[in-house]
Amino acid sequence: MRENTRHTITATENDHRIAKLAALAIGLHLIEAVLPSPLPGVKPGIANIVTLYVLYHYGIGTATWVSLLRVFAGSLLLGQLFSPTFLLSFGGALGSLAVLALAIHLPKQWFGPVSLSILAAFAHISGQLLIVWLWLIPHSGIVYLTPVFALAALVFGLINGLVLTRLMQQN
Amino acid sequence: MSKSAPCHNWLHGLRWGDGLTVVLGAIAVFALFKTLWLGEAASKVQVRAGSEIFTTQSLNQQRTLEIPGPLGTTTVIIDHGRVRVASDPGPRQYCVKQGWLTQASEVAMCLPNQVSVELLGNSKPYDSLNY
Repeated sequence: MRENTRHTITATENDHRIAKLAALAIGLHLIEAVLPSPLPGVKPGIANIVTLYVLYHYGIGTATWVSLLRVFAGSLLLGQLFSPTFLLSFGGALGSLAVLALAIHLPKQWFGPVSLSILAAFAHISGQLLIVWLWLIPHSGIVYLTPVFALAALVFGLINGLVLTRLMQQN
Repeated sequence: MSKSAPCHNWLHGLRWGDGLTVVLGAIAVFALFKTLWLGEAASKVQVRAGSEIFTTQSLNQQRTLEIPGPLGTTTVIIDHGRVRVASDPGPRQYCVKQGWLTQASEVAMCLPNQVSVELLGNSKPYDSLNY
């Protein structure tokens, strides 16, 4: 008879940190899901403040974990896992992470959190629109919606960036 | 954090690159609205009388056209990028009331006098009247 072997997984300090920050992001994600939206897809994206905060403090690796955990767990809690809504969140998150991975290398003395937040917001809607166009509504008419989404990205990206700047000043 | 938090604290951490990002973002949004929502500016005007093309003119001029029809003469004014039907012998005057046309594929029709004025852009979009 084989002996039962016991496996223990020890969580590192980084795992605990990711879990805590992802929980915070999931909370914001859920709060935001309750808010009414004038147009599907136009949302403040306050959970992205957490992603950016993590990016500044712990790097792109941790930020990717927190962001993707937020998308998966947030959708799971809302009953949207693998639904079109989930895919839109996922596409947006991947888009903004890709841009943030590059944008974090911008010279820090010139480009602050506001720049990164706006760039991430634009990348977020680009990723989402790409998924909408490739899969959900493969019709060129979708481009007529882009100005509205771009305007929302600019406004909410700016506000989130200002909030993050303020948060980082307090630490 | 101090108790008095003046508004300028919100802008304190901003760097010039941030301002640049905001301005470039705003320009991008404006350009998207302009190209996707405002339509194409017209470059030419085509006037039809009956089933014939009466004339095709550039919009970059100041000119008055007189088009003969079965009821009388329809007067069309071209005025540097815009065009309107100034007078028409038709009874209801719809084409005159339409006023200035500026965007590509806008049409004013004076049906009783069988005259139509259409603005043309570089590319012809779907003609929902005939298509």
